[in-house]
Amino acid sequence: MKVTAQPSADTLTLLLDGELDASSAIVLDTELAKPDILNYRKVLVDCAKLSYISSAGLGVFISHLQRFQDANVKLIFFNMQEKVFNVFEILGLDALMTIVPSATEAEAA
Amino acid sequence: MKSALRIACSRSHLQQVRDFVRNYLSSRQLPEITVNQVVLAVDEVVANFIIHANGEDETQFLDLKLQLDDHELNVEIADNGDTIFLPAPHQSPDLRDFIRQGRKGGMGMTLVNRLMDKVEFFTRGNHTVCHLSKHLA
Repeated sequence: MKVTAQPSADTLTLLLDGELDASSAIVLDTELAKPDILNYRKVLVDCAKLSYISSAGLGVFISHLQRFQDANVKLIFFNMQEKVFNVFEILGLDALMTIVPSATEAEAA
Repeated sequence: MKSALRIACSRSHLQQVRDFVRNYLSSRQLPEITVNQVVLAVDEVVANFIIHANGEDETQFLDLKLQLDDHELNVEIADNGDTIFLPAPHQSPDLRDFIRQGRKGGMGMTLVNRLMDKVEFFTRGNHTVCHLSKHLA
């Protein structure tokens, strides 16, 4: 699992590459836990190369969501593969998180 | 085709478990989403055994067996540790509460129960065994 951060003005884009499981979730958690992430207006999560997510990966996002909302930072997922979106759907997380099809929509959100 | 796997209780072996399940199902021309659902269910149970039942003690090990007859997939995950690990009866979590509380865990068995047709935990001697089954169209 590789997480690449791309800052740009008021937006931080995180590119996820690989499989997010109970072993690799710590990498993402470390990135999302950085205090200065709350200085951005938006955190866009590019899921194009995210090929797998388990409950441990979902748990990392869930555990930071309230903190982001309290700081008025939008967390937006885009380019999500169908099989990964299916996991969000099964738990009903697609209704609680912002997931859009493309980068264009993520930037406009 | 390999239908059995033994792993030590380290979360670093989860990738190996997922690859094992994917390889086993690879010849069946199943939809990618279906394969991912089975992989996820097995991954969640194995992660629970490794982390919660065995405290990531790498001297302990798990045995996995897969069997696909016709369209019925059966998975057995046997924990060779001596701690009996029987998850509490399943309750659907309120994810809005999880978000408010900043909770990281507690969704794994919900996923397993929603992904598989049948989920059973039982004891065999001093060991815990999980049996999962799913009809694959």
